Amino acid sequence: MDGVKINLKVNGQDISREVDSRLLLSDFIRESLYLTGTHIGCEHGVCGACTIHVNGDPVRSCLMLAVQADGCEVKTVESLIQENGKLNYLQQAFSDNHALQCGFCTPGFLMTVSGFLEENSKPSEDEIKKCISGNLCRCTGYSNIIKAVKQAAQTVSN
Amino acid sequence: MKPAKFNYLRPSSLEEAVHYLSEYGEDAKILSGGQSLIPLLNMRLSTPKYLIDIGRAEGLSYIQEEGESLVIGALTKHREIEKSELVKEKCPLLSEAIRWVGHEQIRNRGTVGGSIAHGDPSAELPCVLTALRGEVVIADVNGEEIVSPEDFFLTYMLTSLQPDQLVKEIRFPILKQTSGSAFVEVARRHGDFGLVEVAAVVDLSEDGSFSEVKLAIGGVNSVPTALGDVERLLVGKEPTEESYKDASVLTMEMIEPESDLHGTAEYRRELSGTMVIRALKQATIRAQGGRVM
Ligand SMILES: Cc1cc2nc3c(=O)[nH]c(=O)nc-3n(C[C@H](O)[C@H](O)[C@H](O)COP(=O)(O)OP(=O)(O)OC[C@H]3O[C@@H](n4cnc5c(N)ncnc54)[C@H](O)[C@@H]3O)c2cc1C
Ligand code: FES
Ligand code: FES
Repeated sequence: MDGVKINLKVNGQDISREVDSRLLLSDFIRESLYLTGTHIGCEHGVCGACTIHVNGDPVRSCLMLAVQADGCEVKTVESLIQENGKLNYLQQAFSDNHALQCGFCTPGFLMTVSGFLEENSKPSEDEIKKCISGNLCRCTGYSNIIKAVKQAAQTVSN
Repeated sequence: MKPAKFNYLRPSSLEEAVHYLSEYGEDAKILSGGQSLIPLLNMRLSTPKYLIDIGRAEGLSYIQEEGESLVIGALTKHREIEKSELVKEKCPLLSEAIRWVGHEQIRNRGTVGGSIAHGDPSAELPCVLTALRGEVVIADVNGEEIVSPEDFFLTYMLTSLQPDQLVKEIRFPILKQTSGSAFVEVARRHGDFGLVEVAAVVDLSEDGSFSEVKLAIGGVNSVPTALGDVERLLVGKEPTEESYKDASVLTMEMIEPESDLHGTAEYRRELSGTMVIRALKQATIRAQGGRVM
């Protein structure tokens, strides 16, 4: 039928699969690769829960077809953890600052912010606010998330 | 799986893409960055039989200077424009406006051609293109044609594009070094579509009066609208509170906003008047050599 062969790298690992062309990248990641850290909230690009990196840039995985990721390098929230199993600086900053409650939005925030800090390690508060404006959190409120990003930025720039 | 079934085609060149369009155009949709189309597929508001993914078509992503224009390939991503030094230098209005397009995650995938072809009346790029009187280059199997924004944008989400045509490139006129420009917008949250947005470019003559004004407004009519009468009203006048006020009053007369969930028609009209003043003031200060934060 209309199965399409795709080859991509996910969190450093080469993956080769045949997928239905209408399969969303978010569903491919969760249901074919069992990487369930990538969350799905709205499926129309508004909430940011499904944010991952494609070729180094934060994007919405619910607004991409799996076939569009053919040949790309994908990173999900599972890639953040350090090799020794400890939280990385950003995850630690979220934990230290109580920047999550239910945690549903957290993977999206982490992937948005990690891309942002790579480009701008000394962001102003206003820049931080703009950066996270595309991610919705319904429980924590944004103050602690902003604090966490500031702590993480401090760690990166030191 | 959210989207309905479709046949997936991935042309590797413009020629191949227009060939598919000539064959399947009526039943097909072009997929570019997908930032507007995939939500429509996910909600099954769009159920094309064929999806022509031009994302990998070669030679459609570029930003270059050609004569009096900055020529931008349809597949160029919003983020590339945002980061481009050439755009900053030649068309600062575009650099300023592009940051208002969605959030970074959206700008990383959304394309210029997609924004223009989608024809959302509150999208930023159509408003800039209209203010500058730029050009849309359209391609089909028979060749290319150039269309003005006025002829291109017909009404909400409807453009003059025929089923067998695609947007190949957009031409934004280069701004004079002496001109000042500004893009202002009010949205409910940064990254959301604007309630009202205004793009302005002004040039001043030696005596300080307006020698040229370009002005367009988005979010209030069914298409982005060039405010020709306001432009003519201002040329020859001094940039005073009075002329700003006259411009604002005339703008409010010229537009036909509608009410929706996000704001009433009256609110949009008032806001438009205010935004025109704000854009003109910022552009004028910049033309006078000042900085506006
Ligand atoms: C949460 C969110 C917020 C957003 N906020 C804004 C905003 O504030 N301002 C704004 O301007 N946009 C906004 N967008 C839309 C986004 O900017 C898209 O980049 C843009 O509207 C479409 O570009 P695309 O390349 O993704 O097009 P696609 O989604 O791929 O296509 C959009 C439409 O254009 C057609 N098309 C695409 N390319 C071509 C072409 N070259 N020739 C002919 N037809 C073509 C497609 O068939 C489809 O009908 C937002 C999107 C989301 C999800
Ligand atoms: S699930 Fe992708 S943005 Fe909400
Ligand atoms: S922590 Fe619950 S949605 Fe953000």
